[in-house]
Amino acid sequence: MTAAGVPAVAFEGVTRRFGDVLAVDDVSFSIADGEFFSMLGPSGSGKTTCLRLVAGFEQPGSGHIRIHGVNVEGVPPYRRDVNTVFQDYALFPHMTVGGNIEYGLMIRKVPAAERRRRAEEMLALVKLDGLYARKPGQLSGGQRQRVALARALINQPRVLLLDEPLGALDLKLREAMQAELKAIQRQVGITFVYVTHDQGEALSMSDRLAVFNRGRIEQIGSPAEVYDHPATPFVAGFVGQTNLLEGYLAQRLGGFPATYAVRPERIRIVAPDADVPSGFASIDGKVASVTYLGANSRVEVDADGGMLAVVEQNVDGGASVAGRVPGAVVRLVVDRRHIQAVSASR
Amino acid sequence: MPSDRHGPRAGWGLKAATAGGVLFLHLPLLIIVLYAFSIEERSFAFPIPGFTTQWFGVAWEREDVRRALWLSVKVGAISMLVALVLGTLAAAAVWRSRFFGREAISLLLILPIALPGIITGISLRSAIGLLDIPFSTWTLVIGHATFCIVVVYNNVLARFRRTSRALIEASMDLGADGFQTLRHVILPSIATALLAGGMLAFALSFDEVIVTTFTAGQQATLPIWMLSELIRPRQRPVTNVVAVFVICVTFIPIIAAFWLTRDAQDTAGALK
Amino acid sequence: MTAAALPAPRQRGGALSGLSSFLHGRPGLLLALLLAPPLVWLGIIYLGSLFTLLAHSFFGLDEFSGVMVREVTLDTWKEFFGNASNGDVVLRSALMAAAVTAADALIAFPLAYFMVRFAGIRTRGLLYLAVMLPLWSSYLVRVYAWKLILAKEGIVSWFAQQLHLGWLLEAVLEIPVVGGPSLSTSYIGTFIVFSYIWLPFMILPIVAALERVPGSVIEASGDLGADAGQTFRKVILPLAFPGVVAGSIFTFSLTLGDYIIPSIIGKSTPFLGETVFRLQGTAGNIPMAAAFTVVPVVVMGVYLMVAKRLGAFDAL
Repeated sequence: MTAAGVPAVAFEGVTRRFGDVLAVDDVSFSIADGEFFSMLGPSGSGKTTCLRLVAGFEQPGSGHIRIHGVNVEGVPPYRRDVNTVFQDYALFPHMTVGGNIEYGLMIRKVPAAERRRRAEEMLALVKLDGLYARKPGQLSGGQRQRVALARALINQPRVLLLDEPLGALDLKLREAMQAELKAIQRQVGITFVYVTHDQGEALSMSDRLAVFNRGRIEQIGSPAEVYDHPATPFVAGFVGQTNLLEGYLAQRLGGFPATYAVRPERIRIVAPDADVPSGFASIDGKVASVTYLGANSRVEVDADGGMLAVVEQNVDGGASVAGRVPGAVVRLVVDRRHIQAVSASR
Repeated sequence: MPSDRHGPRAGWGLKAATAGGVLFLHLPLLIIVLYAFSIEERSFAFPIPGFTTQWFGVAWEREDVRRALWLSVKVGAISMLVALVLGTLAAAAVWRSRFFGREAISLLLILPIALPGIITGISLRSAIGLLDIPFSTWTLVIGHATFCIVVVYNNVLARFRRTSRALIEASMDLGADGFQTLRHVILPSIATALLAGGMLAFALSFDEVIVTTFTAGQQATLPIWMLSELIRPRQRPVTNVVAVFVICVTFIPIIAAFWLTRDAQDTAGALK
Repeated sequence: MTAAALPAPRQRGGALSGLSSFLHGRPGLLLALLLAPPLVWLGIIYLGSLFTLLAHSFFGLDEFSGVMVREVTLDTWKEFFGNASNGDVVLRSALMAAAVTAADALIAFPLAYFMVRFAGIRTRGLLYLAVMLPLWSSYLVRVYAWKLILAKEGIVSWFAQQLHLGWLLEAVLEIPVVGGPSLSTSYIGTFIVFSYIWLPFMILPIVAALERVPGSVIEASGDLGADAGQTFRKVILPLAFPGVVAGSIFTFSLTLGDYIIPSIIGKSTPFLGETVFRLQGTAGNIPMAAAFTVVPVVVMGVYLMVAKRLGAFDAL
């Protein structure tokens, strides 16, 4: 939570089932005003249902949802001070871009000239000047996405909900839009609730993020907290890549027969007879495979008791990879501070 | 299966069979048009001995033909309106939610055209008799609307299915209540499907004879008039002219419906 | 608007808006409101009439006056099963319906196959329209056209004369049972007209079924070594079969219940539809007419159930 005060959105023990499926299972959390908050998880983890509960498209089976302190139970979507950017944009195909953007103002009977002026402002904000009279069918995916954003923002909602808004765009465009969305959020200063299954997106854009799994929240925190200190094996595996240590490996590197997580880039490969610095754990093994990935390389090491993945930066081009050939005997060292104990997922 | 690929070529046998099928469907209609211009009054002799357009004038002057035409138009229009309302409501309900008995609704709607028309006709006839309802325009409308509902239902449901539910959510999200969403989003989205379904319903009603014979009593719609002429011919050339007229009246809404839904090919659904 | 920069408040008055909110929280009620009018119409008017009719088959006729007596009796059914000629009527109608269904499937399949698999977008649209137009255009007019074509002095005879094939036409008409004095007064004529009238009802479901066969499946079959004929028999035909079944629902049912075509073109021996029509009309025997209509209802009921099993409803 950034500041004291009423949270923009608060879930209190919210449960929602669809038939036999428990989509949202007793979830409680709150989102601060002005925050960029991501809900991250695989498909079917309940993140989109949570978003729809805030929008008012779904009603909780039990529990309460507050938007700026007001319990919104039974309040229909059109009476909620939130707006949504839909996954497939949901632009009205029979209206022009302008008609789409002005829709909310038209419903609120804002005079036409005023609507037009503000729609043009919004088009400028999302860098679509001059497309006022186009039909959505004539736009590219990225342009439609911007229209959807403008259509929601023109209503000046206190909370903007975004349901995988970049999911349909290709990689380059997605990266550009990430930066732009973040910039727009700073500019308009309203709360963004962002649903995504892309952990990179969640890490790069969010102030805080919640990791969903099977209808529950596994962890909430800042991107660094979630990445560096994953609370559960699921989080460790879903957010970034990780080595999960169990059994002998856990005993050897962590010191206790618990479950630990180690990020592959935190493990260093050293000569088999190299000294182990104090505060570091070590284990010996043989290189099983090396995968060249451009900026870095992924080395699989067959250590006592299991395989460990190591990611090394290719700082010296091909040179640093020279010693990494399958069968080479190596020693792995890792700072004990980077060996995270994780509790089992529920 | 995409048809615009350059892959397979149809063999001549398949092409001939296709051409044969299309000719089989259309030659009889052309022949009707041909006979409407025949000077021969008594027989169906072919080739026709000569051309004339006089029968069009004669037919138009016939009081019984005009009365039948007016009744058909009236019944067709009212049945179309009833079918539009009921068919759209049913389509909206089926599209909106999964509910128990959804399949049964579709079956119930299809039944009036899946069961032989004579059953629908005689059922309505026996119910009308049982309740001692006098025959009127409304008994005709009841019968026609019953089998027209499914045409509208299929057209509108097909359109609904291609309309993202998210559009309705988006509208509500932007502040529109249910009725505003209906007016600004739902109706514009299904407008052409409604128009197409309505026109097909009109064409279906305008043309129907089997159910009509049971619910008409002494009234004559245009098809009833034609049927009586077919069984007991009085002036064959007039029948020919009316037949051509009926072809025109039904072709126009069909082509228009096809054109309205050409992107979606909803008209296929109209059959169902 | 006074404060131009701010949106108007979201709370609005008005009865409609209030009703909308009321309904929003009650999706079940909204659903009921949507469903009620069509269900009431079809449930009461249509199903009610249908049951009225079926109930009539348990009434009888007064022996002397010939007026229907509204008392439950099995006399009508005894009479129905007691009269062997009733069985003939049902059998004749069923055979005709089956023959028409088979003929339509044979004519429709190549056309549908060409439309879906080989025709370009424009040709396909035109073919589509070519099938739709007769389907929706006047039934009576089309029957009437065949009266002109099949009449003794009509088009078929004229062409037969011109091509010196008069002997062939004669020979066809002399075939026992199905032949007759002219095409328009023989079972052959009835069969041709039935096949013609219901043909579009067979084509469209087959087209719908074929359209659902993904192109990749056909390519996969070829890739796995099947030639065109094998692919057609082993892949396309089984996948399109539900379409044929769906089409047959219409062709079979419509033939079974039609009374106009056989009364205009064909012999005087009656089909099911004609019998029902005569019984309720000139004979005034509604109970017996009702008993007769149970036959197609039962036949179609069974047919629909089997069709549903075969997945035909998806192709409708």
